[in-house]
Amino acid sequence: MINFVVNGREVHSEQPADTPLLWVIREELGLTGTKFGCGIAQCGACTVHVNGNPVRSCSTTVSSVQGKRITTIEGLAANGGQHPLQKAWVEAQVPQCGYCQSGQIMQAAALLAKNKNPSREQIVRHMNGNICRCGTYNRIIGAIQRAAKEV
Amino acid sequence: MLLETKISRRGFLQSAGALTFAFTFAGKVTNAIAQDAPAKFNAWVSIATDGTVTVMMPAAEMGQGALTALPVILAEELDADWAKVTTQYAPPIPKIYGNYHPLFQGAMLTAASVSTPGYWTSMRMGGAQARRVLLESVAQQWSVPVSELSTEPSMVVHQASGRKISYGEVVKFVKVPETPPQIAEGDLKKPSQFRLIGRQDIQRTDVPSKTDGSAKYGIDVRLPGMLYAAVLEAPFDGAKAAKVDSDAALKVPGVKKVLPLPFGVAVLGDSVNATRKGRLALKVQWDAAGNPNGAFDSEKALAEYASHARNPNAQAMTWFEKGNAPQALAGAAKTLQAEYSSVHCYHAQMEPMNCVARVAADGQSAEIWTGTQSTALAAFVASSVLKTTPDRIKVNQHLLGGGYGRRIWPDAVAQAVVLANITKEPVKLMLLREDDLTAARPRPMTYHVMKAGLDGAGNLVAWHHRLAAENVDAVAAPPRFKATGGKDIIGWRGLEEPFYGVPNILADAVREQRGVRVHAWRGIGAGYNKFAAESFLDEIAHATGKDPLALRLELTKDHPRAQAVIKAVAEMADWSKPRPKGRALGIAFSDYHDSFSAGIAEVSVDRKSGKIHVHNYWIAGDAGIIVQPTNAHAQLESAVVYGLSSALSEELTFKNGAVQQTNFHQYQVLRMADVPEIHTRVIVTDNAPTGLGELGVPTVAPAIGNAVFKLTGKRLRQLPMSPARVSATLKA
Repeated sequence: MINFVVNGREVHSEQPADTPLLWVIREELGLTGTKFGCGIAQCGACTVHVNGNPVRSCSTTVSSVQGKRITTIEGLAANGGQHPLQKAWVEAQVPQCGYCQSGQIMQAAALLAKNKNPSREQIVRHMNGNICRCGTYNRIIGAIQRAAKEV
Repeated sequence: MLLETKISRRGFLQSAGALTFAFTFAGKVTNAIAQDAPAKFNAWVSIATDGTVTVMMPAAEMGQGALTALPVILAEELDADWAKVTTQYAPPIPKIYGNYHPLFQGAMLTAASVSTPGYWTSMRMGGAQARRVLLESVAQQWSVPVSELSTEPSMVVHQASGRKISYGEVVKFVKVPETPPQIAEGDLKKPSQFRLIGRQDIQRTDVPSKTDGSAKYGIDVRLPGMLYAAVLEAPFDGAKAAKVDSDAALKVPGVKKVLPLPFGVAVLGDSVNATRKGRLALKVQWDAAGNPNGAFDSEKALAEYASHARNPNAQAMTWFEKGNAPQALAGAAKTLQAEYSSVHCYHAQMEPMNCVARVAADGQSAEIWTGTQSTALAAFVASSVLKTTPDRIKVNQHLLGGGYGRRIWPDAVAQAVVLANITKEPVKLMLLREDDLTAARPRPMTYHVMKAGLDGAGNLVAWHHRLAAENVDAVAAPPRFKATGGKDIIGWRGLEEPFYGVPNILADAVREQRGVRVHAWRGIGAGYNKFAAESFLDEIAHATGKDPLALRLELTKDHPRAQAVIKAVAEMADWSKPRPKGRALGIAFSDYHDSFSAGIAEVSVDRKSGKIHVHNYWIAGDAGIIVQPTNAHAQLESAVVYGLSSALSEELTFKNGAVQQTNFHQYQVLRMADVPEIHTRVIVTDNAPTGLGELGVPTVAPAIGNAVFKLTGKRLRQLPMSPARVSATLKA
């Protein structure tokens, strides 16, 4: 059995040790906001935080998070409110199909947690692993800059 | 496979000639409403006693914003308070909820950028009719002439007495007549009277749920006791699994069954992890014997397409004709000729194809959960699998994690229903990205031979655009393909040149038949046909010493809307201003499904690597009345990025009939670092709304190619303009 904390809640999984964390989060815990896109850490749709760091949950085994703190999009905002990024995302009307946006926001949140005032270049470098097929990239940059002002 | 569902228009539309347009709705509405029950005014709208307005949503939400735009249109004519409007997906009944845009003629399908155009009248009439019923009920209740009543958002008002009543209160006594009142087009609001349409501050209703993980896509559906399925998809149509080594797969804990089926080899199990591992452990040998699809090699085929397109005796079908281009070419003082090509492109929708299905024990009915561009086609296909009728299929529509044309095709639905019918347990079919690529339904590979004739003064007097490609309609819409005598309405879009004042134009196409599962892809034919046409027009401008902008303005002088977008984009980009060293501009124009756009790219080129850097992209679009202005800009931006991606990097190749790319490390889509500043201008006109979701795609590739020519003097003739191709062209 593997024990870890998801969005502040203690959970355990009896899935085989090599099961990707993504499928434990989605199918076992029912937190479907984290998305499957490629399965090989090439698109970023499955991004969650492990002890505050952004990781691709499709390529992270469940056994590797034993004892660690996981945050998914559902747990990003404190007390069920809105994280500044989520607020900025709505204000800038970022999402289109929306499928990649949980991963985009989680990736961006990890940046703002470490860098309160990222430059455009820093944002692009940090976000370049996250694909948005609807092409909302410029709005994502704008929303991160907007949220940074608030953070 | 039916793309268009043949339906009767009787009882749905009553057209009273060209001047007035009367409208009734299918299905009589009973007026026996229980007290406090919502009143159903027609097929499109009902209102509850608390004032909640529920609009039936006939289209899919795949990021284009229809889930907000369509109810805004209805709420406008209903004069509803926007805060009280909600939506419900309409059942898959085309005779009621079909799209009557000329392209679809009643098919219930979300594609071709025509949800707003095609449902514009239905939504307006639906709202106006409900408003009329509300007014008449109040007039009767208050014993006042209906002409003395007016509406404010969700309120009926009697100005003379100062009385007001909310729509919800009216519902308590409203009598919806058996024959709904007739609304004439003249009864509808004028654009100057709009309260909701065109408002900047009405946000998309789906956006908040797409920021907190609560938005539900087909892939998020979970049913108690369901089985999971992964499918190693057949590499081409008709491929047979000659040898299936399933030993390793069956040893994976949780894998229950391995089933070789006509569409591939399915692995069923009790978790995603089990089916994923089982699927990756499968070893399958595909038999292509006697199947030409298994011999397809895209690189070799392109050379063959080229020879067919060049062959003056090749059998070609005419798509667009004006004057006599062959004769004018023969008599021209000077002729120009050039060739262009493009490769297959994959939709790369971020949500891999999936569907959850549950089939009844008798195999005669089913329920499915998926995100599809056509619930009607999904129901039709599911019913075909079960040899039953579409009304016995319940379709639960979800948000689409990208569509771009891919989710028209109901292959995941058919496969899930087949598996659920075998197991008689609910099945969640979910493709791995690798299988989604194998099962790609790409935009076709194309070859273009362009010819132009100039008169003695250098005027363009003849134009011939010849395309060689597989026909999308032949694969995706066979009934329409047959009805048009073999025209490819999807793949040939953009070959026509209705807005350029060239006296002799011919656009025709040579049909290739290679068995690739070609399909509609955002921007359809215009995506590659305008690359060839607008690049060639640039060549003509340079050959005649004309400015590419000036030439386009001259050619569109009789079409003010076309000319307006060109003028607008030139102004936005400040066309004649010198650029920094190492940068240049290129321009292109494209109409698309009755809308207009013009784009300008500012580029530089890394001569060492051949990588094109697009610094800025300006685009101006005119799609008539704009329902949601903020989203209109977002759609243009989005389509520009889609266009950039296919222009610069996307390439799907085939060998032995099979797609060669397995995932995003090989199929490269545009990432943030390569996105330019995108400057959009939406020109609002009083014309009825036309397509907008794809309008940004067609100008991008030619504008980039034209800019690279301006910068380097070298013409890029192949899509994508990848570093390797650019490098080779610069060295040539």
